[in-house]
Amino acid sequence: MTMTVEPVRQEVAPESTSARRLMDKMFKARELAVIAVLVVMLGATQLSNTEFLSQQGIKDLMLNATILVLVAIGQAMVVITRNVDLSVGSVLGISAFAAGLYLQDGGNALVAVLLAVGIGALFGVVNGALVSLGKVPALVVTLGTLYIIRGIDSIWVGSRQITANDLPGGFVDFGHDGISVVPYLALLTLAVLVVVAYYLRSYRSGRDMYALGSNPEAARLAGVPIRARIMTAYVVCGALAGLAGALYLARFGNVDSNTGNGYELIVVSAVVVGGVAFTGGSGTVYGAALGAVLLTSINGVLPALGVSSVWVTAINGFLLLLAIAVDRILALRVAGALRKKAAQTRSARHA
Amino acid sequence: MTHPEPETTPVLALEGVSKSFGAVRALRGVSLRLYAGEAHALAGENGAGKSTLIKTLAGVHRPDTGTVLLDGEPVDFHSPADARDAGIAVIYQEPTLFPDLSVAENIFIGRQPRRSLGRVDHRTVKKAAADLFARLGVALDPDQPARGLSIADQQLVEIAKALSFDARVLIMDEPTAALTGSEVARLFGVVKTLREQGSAVLFISHRLEEIFELCQRVTTLRDGAWIASEPLSDLDEDGLVRRMVGRDLEELYPKQETRIGEVALSVRRLTREGVFTDVSFDVRRGEIVGLAGLVGAGRSEVARAVFGIDRFDGGEVEVLGRKLPTGAPSLAMSAGLALVPEDRRAQGLVMDMSIERNIGLTGFAATSRAGLMNRRAERSRAVDWATRLQVKYARLADVVGTLSGGNQQKVVLAKWLATAPQVLIVDEPTRGIDVGTKAEVHRLLSTLAADGVAVLMISSDLPEILGMADRVLVMHEGRITAEIPRSEATEETVMAAATGRTDRGRKAA
Repeated sequence: MTMTVEPVRQEVAPESTSARRLMDKMFKARELAVIAVLVVMLGATQLSNTEFLSQQGIKDLMLNATILVLVAIGQAMVVITRNVDLSVGSVLGISAFAAGLYLQDGGNALVAVLLAVGIGALFGVVNGALVSLGKVPALVVTLGTLYIIRGIDSIWVGSRQITANDLPGGFVDFGHDGISVVPYLALLTLAVLVVVAYYLRSYRSGRDMYALGSNPEAARLAGVPIRARIMTAYVVCGALAGLAGALYLARFGNVDSNTGNGYELIVVSAVVVGGVAFTGGSGTVYGAALGAVLLTSINGVLPALGVSSVWVTAINGFLLLLAIAVDRILALRVAGALRKKAAQTRSARHA
Repeated sequence: MTHPEPETTPVLALEGVSKSFGAVRALRGVSLRLYAGEAHALAGENGAGKSTLIKTLAGVHRPDTGTVLLDGEPVDFHSPADARDAGIAVIYQEPTLFPDLSVAENIFIGRQPRRSLGRVDHRTVKKAAADLFARLGVALDPDQPARGLSIADQQLVEIAKALSFDARVLIMDEPTAALTGSEVARLFGVVKTLREQGSAVLFISHRLEEIFELCQRVTTLRDGAWIASEPLSDLDEDGLVRRMVGRDLEELYPKQETRIGEVALSVRRLTREGVFTDVSFDVRRGEIVGLAGLVGAGRSEVARAVFGIDRFDGGEVEVLGRKLPTGAPSLAMSAGLALVPEDRRAQGLVMDMSIERNIGLTGFAATSRAGLMNRRAERSRAVDWATRLQVKYARLADVVGTLSGGNQQKVVLAKWLATAPQVLIVDEPTRGIDVGTKAEVHRLLSTLAADGVAVLMISSDLPEILGMADRVLVMHEGRITAEIPRSEATEETVMAAATGRTDRGRKAA
């Protein structure tokens, strides 16, 4: 206790701000990087194929992205709490069919959408209860519910199919039309995105989710109601998957027992590419949404460039690995910078 | 207990509280009374039950028997949130921060000031955090993420968090371990102010002089049992240590005289940036070298680097004249090095595997042929060592997790002794095991040394270090600050070096 410290903080100050700047960059850079890749990709495609960003082209890009963006928003929320929901594809499929069946029998369009959302939320409750009460890894639990829900869907749907002809015209138009180039679906998705982002940023329960994902043990000690927060995340994720199911029906007008199969993997990729760390606690839903837009845009870009669309999945995988590699390299650099900083503080104390 | 206590009702009290974890009885009928306006110290060796007691007060553990009293009324804390709402703030030994959140949010998580529609008022959160830091006199940026803060800064954030409650009871588990002198002084200033304003304080520290400086009353625990509660004015440091240790050192520490031979392990200027710096020492055949220091001084980290689990950035390690490369445990093993790690449950054993398989893990080279395991050879090797160490088990095929802590530790020792090591590093070899087994482990280490093995023993248990070591190395903040021969090693000399109060005996490499 004979050591003096006053000079230490001043000496270390510049070091700590530079380490911090690096970290700030790490947190904010992701959204900008995804936007940059997106702009370059779309710009390059436009240069080689001037038809690409026509009015219809832009509209298609947005329409293609909306459904994935919706599911990615919910998934991001779950991943932020250090969990994952693999059942979103199955939930999307079964709620799309339920909404379609209801509309086929002459139901009201709004009620159909609410029905899909409700079914999704219900499965969210099941997932949330299993994960938070059962204390079983979310990956395994939701892999189980993925198959169970898909199984129920297959038995229920059988070889039936909903086609656009079965649906009321207004509902189908809602899936295609918009205000000038902006489709209604995109507006709805944007509204959801803004609301969820604002919730996560500005409400105690939203902040709790970040805390929970960042350090579950500390969250417990700080009195964060862990089960309630995990439950909320899963219910929102399920409800958004249900909403996405209704929008899928409106956009494609075609649902069978295979709808949404394998969707969970592209959703998780989108979330990770968008900078939501799989280890929880960091990232934003805006990032996840951008990740989803990026992945779906590749679908549109390749045909416009005359490249076979069989390349799409390989490129998605490449982007995913790139995103994780970038995260890892940045994390190592930050850790290295911080270790140096600690060493300097220590030697200053010993001086 | 003839000492007068205040006539008032204690703000927070424990009456006859017991708590067990499996077979381990962490607390046995412990009572404690915290009064408003009084700072109360909790003293005891590592493993005496201090942390369990704190977690009981904080609502993390619920007592098996006995009651927690708040203002004289029995309460039942179901969660840390209940305790917090009752005005109990806790600073844990290990900082519990959210690395991804800003420092300000870390302080106010779940209690952020709000504006209209229940929205978090980020600006007020930031300002309140800045005010707290000003009160503590530290220059931390509220916007900075908690990731990468030094341990001292993390501890300061924890302290700011506890202050932000305006708590009626402030509990601090070794808050000063990582702080520097002026930070400690400032913390004590704040604590004194809180106390004068009528808060009750419970304080744990290994630095005895801090206890005497800050507190009025002390409760001592030993092996989970209550020993005494008394005013500190009636005690001196020696008296308090006697209360804490309170057993006959001779029989627990059967140290044999050995013939000390050539250097077996030689560590030169070993450095891992930000963790430990310029660490040099030798361990000779037949010698037990104690490595002492406070928690977080870097002792285990040195052992891990020597054994090759972590990489080192500079310096060298030689075993019997053979230089070891960095980051290669299997080469360290074949050179004759063995490491019995600190945390037997997480690092020493595979808890779901049998005793036999656990012991067998280090012996595949000896017991397999052409890549195929020989179950019979494995079994006889395991029986041999389990018998030699007197492991108490029903069947060798029993899962290791069902054994008591002491027997688990013996299995870890068996696993490593079966490799016939020339140099044995043991990290906290007797933490959390009962006194009887403790003596057996000590006898074993002593016998090994007599047989010419070089033993490096890391321990936070001071009497163990003093009782067993031929030589004591002391680390403080990542450096070796003293090398003390057995004849000169006392609680005082070791603690002085461990707390960085002296440069006495600093070793020139």
